[in-house]
Amino acid sequence: MAAVAMRLPAVRKAVGPSAPRGGEKHLVVPGDTITTDTGYMRGHGTYVVEDRLVASVAGAVERVNKLVCVTPLKTSSHRTAQSCPVPVVVELAAYINIIFLLQVQQKRWKVETNSRLDSVLLLSSMNLPGGELRRRSAEDELAMRDYLQEGDLISVSFHCLYSDRRAEVQSIFSDGAVSLHTRSLKYGKLGQGVLVQVSPSLVKRQKTHFHDLPCGASVILGNNGFIWIYPTPEQKDEEAGGFTTNLEPVPLSDREVISRLRNCIVALVTQKLMLFDTSILYCYEASLPHQIKDILKPEVMEEIVLETRQKLLDLEG
Amino acid sequence: MAAVVLSDAEKLYIIHGVQEDLRVDGRGCEDYRCAEVETDVVSNTSGSARVKLGHTDVLVGVKAEMGAPKLEKPDEGYLEFFVDCSASATPEFEGRGGEELGTEIASTLYRVFSSEGTLDLKSLCINPREHCWVLYVDVLRFFFFFFPPHFLECGGNLFDTISIAVKAALFNTSGTTHNSVFRIPKVRVMEDEEGSKEIELSDDPYDCIRLNVDDVPCIVTLSKIGYRHVVDATLQEEACSLASLLIAITSKGALTCMKKIGKGSLDPESIFEMMETGNKVGKSLHASLQKVLDEEESLGTTRQKVGFLG
Repeated sequence: MAAVAMRLPAVRKAVGPSAPRGGEKHLVVPGDTITTDTGYMRGHGTYVVEDRLVASVAGAVERVNKLVCVTPLKTSSHRTAQSCPVPVVVELAAYINIIFLLQVQQKRWKVETNSRLDSVLLLSSMNLPGGELRRRSAEDELAMRDYLQEGDLISVSFHCLYSDRRAEVQSIFSDGAVSLHTRSLKYGKLGQGVLVQVSPSLVKRQKTHFHDLPCGASVILGNNGFIWIYPTPEQKDEEAGGFTTNLEPVPLSDREVISRLRNCIVALVTQKLMLFDTSILYCYEASLPHQIKDILKPEVMEEIVLETRQKLLDLEG
Repeated sequence: MAAVVLSDAEKLYIIHGVQEDLRVDGRGCEDYRCAEVETDVVSNTSGSARVKLGHTDVLVGVKAEMGAPKLEKPDEGYLEFFVDCSASATPEFEGRGGEELGTEIASTLYRVFSSEGTLDLKSLCINPREHCWVLYVDVLRFFFFFFPPHFLECGGNLFDTISIAVKAALFNTSGTTHNSVFRIPKVRVMEDEEGSKEIELSDDPYDCIRLNVDDVPCIVTLSKIGYRHVVDATLQEEACSLASLLIAITSKGALTCMKKIGKGSLDPESIFEMMETGNKVGKSLHASLQKVLDEEESLGTTRQKVGFLG
């Protein structure tokens, strides 16, 4: 049966932000003077005019010791030494995008990570199939396209600068492009599933970004705003080093869960709610009375998100 | 169009899903996304409409101007289409980038409306061989500009959206509407003894030509994915489909135009299947569009205008 739903556009109010935690944020718009004190260091999103530190983006001011930077509200994820001064492991689900010449000559893939610049994944910072540990040979270079093709999705992590323990991988090139690595077998190529791209600022930083949800699917919440929803694998096969993808059809029951989760995430993002495992799960539960395709209807979306928010507030007590 | 690159496994997931009649966003194969229709959005046109289907956002303005009829059809007015794919939609359209797509869409629209009986063009004639009304239909394509084009459920299905918007814009007038008519002021040609002609505009603003839009067709694009076909494909689904069939259907189910797009081939049998689906979906598309337009009209001036920042 064909369903065609049409409606008049309604003036929509976004569900207001939940009560601010940790006090008010110092918000600025481009051109606002952040400080006139010259003792500060100029960080990202700022510039100096006549000894005044001025914001170049709209966002929240963050101070780390003497460093002042502005984190944009709407952003493409961009990590640099400056915005991230402590060595942290950041997980990213990245879009692979090979550029042939680079690949042959310089042993690397060029990847889209939803940041201002494309990033680079060196062959030497990849696991070899089977998790072998050895120097990469010329044969490996020739077989690069067998490992990863244009359009393939991989999940990677990258350590930020200042950790000099693994010098060859955690470098940020002079132009700001980031070098990634997938050394741990936890990361690797992604198989069947659905990608949702959201604003990176809506993904909550957490200890782990890999979640096996009890509703029957798993999600990877990439810090760069790439969210990957996939059927929970039956056994964690770490032997293959993440290069084999299961091409068996996904059963309908799993598909329903994945589609529902996808629509829930879209609903949460549309109403500007932070994404993390609990919020997604609550939203999923709230959406259960509705059909999957109805979740994206504005009024249903609003209802579900309000319910989710209430549950989250109850949880906090 | 904005290109999407998908991995093989992602494509496989979409194709298997279509076979099971459950698409990535939970729709069945014959379901449209929720569409938003608003008319009368641009005040200096004779009629305008904005349609948003998913994140495909289209604005159509119709302007009536006086011109000379075409030589081959001296007693008819005509429609002119122009499609602007602005660089604000995607950076690929910068410079002359959007021209090719714009011309393709415009030529498709010409074909869709070339069939007789879609619009009563004779009523647009003022005096044969000399004056007629020309309806300039301008299509402007947007993306939801708060998001970069690749965000969320983006794009796809441009043709359907444009055709819905064109129909809605033809329905709409600059004043109040009555019974699905498109209004253009009525003019008379006065001829004096010496043979010179003078055009006279009627003083009564309600004295106008009424153009019936009941038979204006809508385009339904069916994309072949795997063994089945879907309507209203998203960009991701379009990337999985090798061939699509574009059919224009009137509200009564008459087919006015058919076109295959994409580089793949289609089996005659599946073309018939697709035509049948298209016919069925097209009828319900017209029905719900008419419902929305009637609803909007019944609200009259009490309707709250939303526009692009709503």
